[in-house]
Amino acid sequence: MPDKPKIAMYWCASCGGCEESVVDLAEDILFVLDNVDIIFWPVALDFKKSDVEKYKDVEIVASLINGAIRSTEQEEMVRLLRKKSKVIIAYGACAQLGGIPALANEFQKEEILRYVYEEAPSAVNPDKKRPQAQFKDDDRETELPELWDTVRTLEQVIDVDYYLPGCPPSSKLLKEAVLVLLSGILPSKGTVLAPDLALCEECPRKDTKPTDLSFTEFKRPNMHNIDPEKCILSQGFICIGPATRSGCGAMCIEGNMPCTGCYGPTSRVKDQGAKILSSITSNISGKTEKEIDAILEGIPDPVGTFYRYGMAGSLLRKKVDF
Amino acid sequence: MLLDENKSQSGSQGWQPKIIAFFCNWCTYTAADLAGVSRIKHAPNARVIRVMCSGRVDPQFILDSFAKGADGVLVGGCHPGDCHYQEGNYKCLRRFQLFKRVVESFGINKDRLRLEWISASEGDKVRLVINDMVAKVKALGPLSLPKKFSEWDKEMNIIEEKIAGKEEAVHA
Amino acid sequence: MSKTTGNTRTGFYICHCGTNIAGTVDVEKVVDYVSKLPNVVVAKHYKYMCSDPGQEMIQKDIRDQNLNRLVVAACSPFLHERTFRNVASQAGLNQFFFQMVNTREQNAWVHLDALASTEKAIDLARSAIFRVAFHKPLEQKKVPIHPGVLVVGGGIAGIHASLTLANAGKKVFLVEREPTIGGHMAMFDKTFPTLDCAACILTPKMSSVKNHPNITMWTYSEIESVDGYVGNFKVNVKKKPRYIIEDLCVGCLDCIDACVYKEPRFFDEFNQGLSKRKPVYIPFPQATPQLVVIDPETCIDFKSNKCKKTCVDVCERKAIDLNQQPEHKEIEVGTIIVATGFKPFDASGVPYYGYGVYPNVYTALEVERLINASGPTSGEVVMRDGSRPEKIAIIHCVGSRDKNTNLWCSRVCCLYSLKLAHLLKEHTHADIYNFYIDIRTPGKMMEEFYYRMAEEGTKFIRGRVADIYPDLTDEVHRRLIVKAEDTLISEIIKVPVDMVVLSTGLEPRADANDVRRMFNITCSTEGFFIERHPKLAPVNTFTDGIFLAGCCQGPKDIPDTVAQAGAAAAEALALIDSGFIELEPNTAFVVEVDCSGCKSCVPLCPYSAISYQEDKKKAYINEALCKGCGTCVASCPSGSIKQNLFEDEEIYSEIDGILNYTNIYEVSECC
Repeated sequence: MPDKPKIAMYWCASCGGCEESVVDLAEDILFVLDNVDIIFWPVALDFKKSDVEKYKDVEIVASLINGAIRSTEQEEMVRLLRKKSKVIIAYGACAQLGGIPALANEFQKEEILRYVYEEAPSAVNPDKKRPQAQFKDDDRETELPELWDTVRTLEQVIDVDYYLPGCPPSSKLLKEAVLVLLSGILPSKGTVLAPDLALCEECPRKDTKPTDLSFTEFKRPNMHNIDPEKCILSQGFICIGPATRSGCGAMCIEGNMPCTGCYGPTSRVKDQGAKILSSITSNISGKTEKEIDAILEGIPDPVGTFYRYGMAGSLLRKKVDF
Repeated sequence: MLLDENKSQSGSQGWQPKIIAFFCNWCTYTAADLAGVSRIKHAPNARVIRVMCSGRVDPQFILDSFAKGADGVLVGGCHPGDCHYQEGNYKCLRRFQLFKRVVESFGINKDRLRLEWISASEGDKVRLVINDMVAKVKALGPLSLPKKFSEWDKEMNIIEEKIAGKEEAVHA
Repeated sequence: MSKTTGNTRTGFYICHCGTNIAGTVDVEKVVDYVSKLPNVVVAKHYKYMCSDPGQEMIQKDIRDQNLNRLVVAACSPFLHERTFRNVASQAGLNQFFFQMVNTREQNAWVHLDALASTEKAIDLARSAIFRVAFHKPLEQKKVPIHPGVLVVGGGIAGIHASLTLANAGKKVFLVEREPTIGGHMAMFDKTFPTLDCAACILTPKMSSVKNHPNITMWTYSEIESVDGYVGNFKVNVKKKPRYIIEDLCVGCLDCIDACVYKEPRFFDEFNQGLSKRKPVYIPFPQATPQLVVIDPETCIDFKSNKCKKTCVDVCERKAIDLNQQPEHKEIEVGTIIVATGFKPFDASGVPYYGYGVYPNVYTALEVERLINASGPTSGEVVMRDGSRPEKIAIIHCVGSRDKNTNLWCSRVCCLYSLKLAHLLKEHTHADIYNFYIDIRTPGKMMEEFYYRMAEEGTKFIRGRVADIYPDLTDEVHRRLIVKAEDTLISEIIKVPVDMVVLSTGLEPRADANDVRRMFNITCSTEGFFIERHPKLAPVNTFTDGIFLAGCCQGPKDIPDTVAQAGAAAAEALALIDSGFIELEPNTAFVVEVDCSGCKSCVPLCPYSAISYQEDKKKAYINEALCKGCGTCVASCPSGSIKQNLFEDEEIYSEIDGILNYTNIYEVSECC
């Protein structure tokens, strides 16, 4: 059998949803398996680091890496994959922008560890033990991964060739990406493999959005019913769709939930959070600080709202001073 | 010699904050010109970027300024009701009211970001605002995000060195 | 610097501006630094960059060195941006491949520390050099100029501007708030320094306005709204009802005689309340237009609806219409001259001068009416108590040059005080005392006028009056004591007088702020409208196509007002006769392929320039309506709107340029 292109898949700080999205290919996965050789996919098959190390440099055609980078182990693995792969694809929102894990950049590592190992209601840890990077026993010496202070996007750690956005990427985009890779005609480096238009383009409720929108209040989906027909943003629910790439098929909208922005900004925008904030606030109705602030009370957590997936990749990356 | 020049940015007189000021063409930029014509001396730390309207100030510009090393960002527009374009300054204000919360959440002290209404006739207000802001930012010290970014990234060097060390060991 | 268009070859020029810039900024150091920056082919400094040799030097370099970008560090772009754009275009470069660095107004003039100033100049130079690399060639849009002109205010400034324009064949709309044109000048008796009678000069001009085929005069009318932009303003004018059918009234004034009020009983505005008028009245005999007006505030019919309406009955031409409604006119003009005048300082604002308390304390404007032959006393100086003054004090600088009232010098008070001294002496033969701080008589023939007046025996006392109070010791004359320090002899003096004349200063109109907003022009903190540049564009405003004339811009005398009105008319003419104006191409546009049709931008535009195309499902910006604020650009959530001259990349590169010190190292390494 002639060598099929070798593909690696790896996960870093992620939830596993990206891996699921591969399985979401359903019967198409058979086509993929016919055409490529998955040589590394720890979540599905028993591979070890040494399996990767044995490949020659750039012998792997493409590595699809999902998850943000937050630990020394992840760094080590992605550096190794970079070395061995011709193409690195940042797969999913976490790898591309930091994703949900990057919200940790709002806190110091110590704060998080203290909470998780000591203060969380579910924590039973009277000795206040913390995970250690080094472990030494009578006859054993082990090195364990260490948590970084900062959550990073993949490109902040290694050179990335392409990005497949989404939380997770839609199977349609994945399929297209695989076809592109197989075709051998590669797009220019740095390309995000999704349409460069905002979500409204493919939103089924596009026509219901009025042209004279002026916000007088903001509502949260957990507290109010969303009209299943009308533009969600126009109902006063924050929808990041206008500042988010399309390509997902407006799945959340189909499920009657607003877009939370997982596909990241278009290529023309440096900071998705700042841009959607600018757009939405410009259209609120108040003219005095007091009126404006009263309306903005409906957005209690602007960072969590506007930087849900993009904090690590945003212009400021992380909370600066504590 | 050019290096000496750079030193004076932070050397001879001690550290000097650098403030990016986005001034609207019609009011605040004109006021800054008026300050000039009236020879109203003020702190030399502000670097003015002219925009037609405070409504043009994209919050991204402010973040980018911080990210590239500004210690403070000042936005100057026409007084409410006086916008040359009727309402651009209101849009600026609306963004600002939420944006300043975001910036604070990112750990940037609120004194580093300021919105001021300065009309074309208020040359002296340009002095007051810039001097006051410079004093406050001086008290806060440098923000130096580019430096902070590289400091944060130092944790990545550790593993790099380790890998390098291991490889050397293997080769040896 | 990699994403720039093509091979960028930048020329950088820093101006010494004599010592204005070079006295503070080390221009050689700036040049030395800049010359090592990437893309910089030429870097030079020169004594006066805006001079012919300076301009020629730049043009020569553009041609010889094949420059395709130009950066000039000099004064404010408000001053010479156009100059250097022309330099670029004359050398065959698109004029928008140019960026100016404000190194004078916002740098050399406001900083003392030469080192810091030089650093700032370097930062901003680098910023401009980074920025200009991203500039794109742009074309200016030509907009035709509507030949009509709106003149707001029918005082001497508005009258002169209207006539000048009308004589040049332009259609003029003159809108005046009061029932008559003429303004303050119509109230004056004589004018300094020539002492010719104000009416003799003014009234012929007023009737010329009335009769001029090119002038549409609307009195008792106000501007309600102004829309549009240079060349194409749409103005709504409200004609207040004067309850007279203008076309029918012949000005016979029979209705005034017929009024049920046999005697005039109401405050006569034109005579400063020194006389009374009826509810139906004509402001003054030469009022233009010669039309009566009915004041609904005082007319019985409007109050009770029970008047016998004798005025209606007496009018043979049935010209009185008590049911008249306001009339709204919409006009289109290409240019606007704002000549809304001034307000005299309210003398009661200086309480210790006793205006409104002591009947024989007058304002200068009241005295103008008092000595005017057609005034309330037919020119007899009879005071409110019926007596005639033998001793008169004229107090200068009331509401001027005073931190407690107005800081500015009103420019005309010294001279009109001298004039009033002369006229009062002529009318009363009284002893006249002028209390002054300084006698200020700038202008042609003014100092000579002062000498002449001084020779007439008027006494001059140098000192600000501290107090005016009744002389209780003199029961016969019941004089007022004027107390002041004569600063020339350092003595407190008390002068008993019969009459006090307060030479009140000039203030902006109370509604200057509303007017300013309506016309989108700027005014100083005190309320005088601001000219675009005191020397280069003294009658222009920051809004193209809108000009200033007269005291709304600042206190000035009649000759200066007329000269300025002429200048404003000439500026309007220049625009009209050029046929079109080239607009700054800083408009915004939607990049259609990028637009997702989210509609967020549509409600943001105050000019309704943004629309949503239902067929394409994309936003669209009408370039003709866009005024280039850039608010939609900053708000477009997908970055799909761009603003010419202020594209995101241009501003990012400016930020980058300011903060990019690392470049210093890179440069020094490569050199």
